[in-house]
Amino acid sequence: MGNDPSFTNQKFKVIGSRVQRPDGVDKVTGRARYGADHNAPGQLVGLFLRSPHAHARITRLDTARAEKLSGVKAVITSDDLPDLTNGDATAYTILENCMARGRALYDGHAVAAVAAVDEQTAKKALKLIKVTYEVLPHVTDVDEAMKPDAPVLHDHIYTAGLPRKPRKPSNVYNVAEFGHGDVDKGFAQADVIVEQSYKTEQTHQGYIEPHACVASASPDGTGELWVTTQGHFHYRSVCATLLGMDIAKLKVTSSEIGGGFGGKTHVWMEPIALALSRKANRPVKVVMSREEVFRASGPTSSTSIDVKIGAKKDGRIIAAFAALRYQGGAFPGYIPGMPWAAIGAMTAFTSYKLPNVKSVGYDVVVNRPKVAAYRAPSAPMASFAVESTIDMVAAKVGMKPLDFRIMNAAKKGTRSSFGPVYGPIGIGATLEAVKDHPHMRAKLKKNQGRGIACGFWFNFGGQTCTDINIATDGTVTVTVGTIDVGGARASLSLIAAEELGVPYEQVKAHIGDTGSLGHNDTTEGSRGTFSSGMAIIFAARQAIDVLRERAAIMWEIPVEDVIWEDGHARPRLKKYKKLKPLSLAAIAAASPTTGGPIAGHNESVPDNAGVSFASHICDVEVDPETGATRILRYTVVQDAGKAIHPTYVEGQMQGGAAQGIGWALNEEYIYGEDGRLQNPGFLDYRIPVCSDLPFIDTQILEIPNPNHPYGIRGVGETSIVPPLAAIGNAISNAVGVRMNHVPMSPPRILKAIEEAGG
Amino acid sequence: MVSVTFISTFRPALGGADALEIEAKTLRELMRKLVKKYPRLQKHIDEGIALAVDGEIYRDNWDVEIPDGSEVYLMPRIQGG
Amino acid sequence: MLVSTTINGDVVEFACPPEETLLTALRDRVGLTGVKEGCGTGDCGACSVTLDGRLVCSCLVLGAEAQGREIATVEGLAEGEKLHPLQQNFIDHAALQCGICTPGFLMAAKALLERNPNPTETEIRYALAGNLCRCTGYDKIVHAVQASAKELRQLDKKKQRRKKSKK
Ligand code: FES
Ligand code: FES
Repeated sequence: MGNDPSFTNQKFKVIGSRVQRPDGVDKVTGRARYGADHNAPGQLVGLFLRSPHAHARITRLDTARAEKLSGVKAVITSDDLPDLTNGDATAYTILENCMARGRALYDGHAVAAVAAVDEQTAKKALKLIKVTYEVLPHVTDVDEAMKPDAPVLHDHIYTAGLPRKPRKPSNVYNVAEFGHGDVDKGFAQADVIVEQSYKTEQTHQGYIEPHACVASASPDGTGELWVTTQGHFHYRSVCATLLGMDIAKLKVTSSEIGGGFGGKTHVWMEPIALALSRKANRPVKVVMSREEVFRASGPTSSTSIDVKIGAKKDGRIIAAFAALRYQGGAFPGYIPGMPWAAIGAMTAFTSYKLPNVKSVGYDVVVNRPKVAAYRAPSAPMASFAVESTIDMVAAKVGMKPLDFRIMNAAKKGTRSSFGPVYGPIGIGATLEAVKDHPHMRAKLKKNQGRGIACGFWFNFGGQTCTDINIATDGTVTVTVGTIDVGGARASLSLIAAEELGVPYEQVKAHIGDTGSLGHNDTTEGSRGTFSSGMAIIFAARQAIDVLRERAAIMWEIPVEDVIWEDGHARPRLKKYKKLKPLSLAAIAAASPTTGGPIAGHNESVPDNAGVSFASHICDVEVDPETGATRILRYTVVQDAGKAIHPTYVEGQMQGGAAQGIGWALNEEYIYGEDGRLQNPGFLDYRIPVCSDLPFIDTQILEIPNPNHPYGIRGVGETSIVPPLAAIGNAISNAVGVRMNHVPMSPPRILKAIEEAGG
Repeated sequence: MVSVTFISTFRPALGGADALEIEAKTLRELMRKLVKKYPRLQKHIDEGIALAVDGEIYRDNWDVEIPDGSEVYLMPRIQGG
Repeated sequence: MLVSTTINGDVVEFACPPEETLLTALRDRVGLTGVKEGCGTGDCGACSVTLDGRLVCSCLVLGAEAQGREIATVEGLAEGEKLHPLQQNFIDHAALQCGICTPGFLMAAKALLERNPNPTETEIRYALAGNLCRCTGYDKIVHAVQASAKELRQLDKKKQRRKKSKK
């Protein structure tokens, strides 16, 4: 017990039941407060001035007239933001992205910001700021940016990851290679080889709630930030670093969050809001417009990928190679150690058992907004390229795509394409479930096609700090520092209830602000339920030890003779048979006289969240006249380890699939020749609406994670990985032409049919 | 003895090496010894790395014991969404 | 401008500049922050309210247009402690994850069911096509609306039976 994370294989009482979420009523009555729903007395309105150019030197920036306008309380440019990052390249990149430092690197890059008494005044002030730009040549396409004559964005970037440091700066900031065996030898032995190139366009996470915050920084060095974020502790350290504040003196409170999907793991305008507040010495509220969200908060990479796969006649894959080029926007990857293409290269071939495999990721900067994580970042594009090619190889060796996948699926003991050998994994199980699924036997009509695809994602634990406090009436407060992006408070309350042996209704979960807990890593990588769940188990075990001690005091017997069972303290030995079991509530009621409040606490770094696999099935119908695709039927099969709250797990799977469907069919950033984003709004950047989708069928498999007491794996991200390829394969089967460019919008489908002479 | 494999990104810092054998009981000891031998590795560690011990991935917990004869992979630290 | 209007049954007066949207007026002047802003351009439906019973995007209506009209927002859906069946079903069916789209969906679904108490799945999907949800894939939202439609029809039948028996 204690802090042992091993799988206990226990019988659950409340885990797995479909209880009501604690924030439900607030959210259906409009009472829940999101980023933009908070106001501070005397607050100002903050607005940004953004570059209209994709790449330009700022030769003059005159704010004098704006500053003189009545009602304007602060104007900020990069001159107000000295570089305090102390050589920390990541922090400097964030600083430069928050506000251009002499050079605007993408359309939408912030150039100045104002705080004024109201929106009208702030807007007027922005107009009074005079900026002179010297427009520079730009590049927005990943392949173009790699050409030798492309404009170089940063003259301090030399390609990393090469055996020798190159002599010239380049837009390629990193090369990373993964694999094992000898691919050349492998291809030489192959009976069948397929080579294909792919492109995927840039998409945005598309959370419905724009970035919003209320910042209040005071001259005494303290500050408060109310903000919609996936990681308030991370926001705190970044803001404090950039503004030269002491971390502990900045209190960050996370609001309810209206979607994030990775986009709210990164800081965009919050440090500037604090800087405005500090300069004006008043609270400042900043709410991004939808246009700003698209132009200036991080979308995902656009990519260009080549795949080559070789197989023996009997269907065994003998060699696989991929070159993956990802653009990360105007700056190197968020954390330099984890560039986007490298992750793509790591995840590309994860589903298969491959004797010879090599994948190379090229990370590239272009004049686009700084790329942010988007649900299983980098994996969907790599999966699109590989899973499409897998279908082509299967066809060439004369096997059904599903049988070909089952034959080549990785299993426990397989050396993964990114290096390590797998423990127990669920890819085979999801494929077998697909095979048995009635969906696979449904009849298809003319112009209809079916596609399947697999997807993989890592899952993470990370730094976690959690409190459990027991009130004198026996109700339980759970305080976690991981954000609840979609029902985590319910799952976490279930875990606390299970461990303590009390009913779910007796537990109330809260998200603590940065002043109430130690550091918690950002809620990304599907980690919320996994790691806070683990910390709650440990904290509850600690609280149980205290409860046993208190019962021992009440009974005046040694604590070793007290056990905890079903929410009650019970004496262990027959000689105490006169002692009636004490409920948690009874012990809590006596706590003032047995030693004070009862609590459990845990800080830990749960690791080993376990990898997660999914297989999707999709039926489409393509209109050969218009090229429009309709999703007829969609099924998600995924390994969840253990579904704490099955309904929410289903919801995660359906939501991820829907995002993948939008990515596959419609969503893309469209840049003009001038390097400007042409569709920064929901009208022209079209995410799926209710009438675009069918019901999304889900099947949850539970292959326990051996490194979690309850067997939990992360579930939030994997579901966005397979849809691109599942739909691509379905369309290709419907129209008889291989689709190699995402999104597979009507014009692209028509063009593909036309080029194939159809 | 533990066998350590590095992905290509780290190789320049290791003078081109892609694998080596080293005596270490925990990840912390392993990393200490590696940095002593290859000081340029420190930059990568600061940027964030992950370690796989016989297939189980650790990003933060360096107190993990490494069974003798294990296989350790040094990888970039991945972040989700 | 001084605007006098009825919101969720209460007479309300607020002052706003002539170019201000109803969305901003409701949120910032009246304090009804249950009305959400997702785009400000009429493309997401998060700001849906009804104006004289008609569903509108409040970001496309001026605050001044509320003069003398009746507005309903999500804050007025529940009757005291009792949630509207749509609200309860959204919770029961997990039709919300982050919940930012929920107020808009509730208003749109209510408008639909008043117009058409027995909609087909397709009718529901088209009626809600003006509301964006990025979290759920709409699956559980459609189920929640279907369940609510059924429940409301039954409530209605009960009411009518009661009326009849009174006669
Ligand atoms: S805010 Fe009105 S439709 Fe989006
Ligand atoms: S629940 Fe998040 S947008 Fe609908």
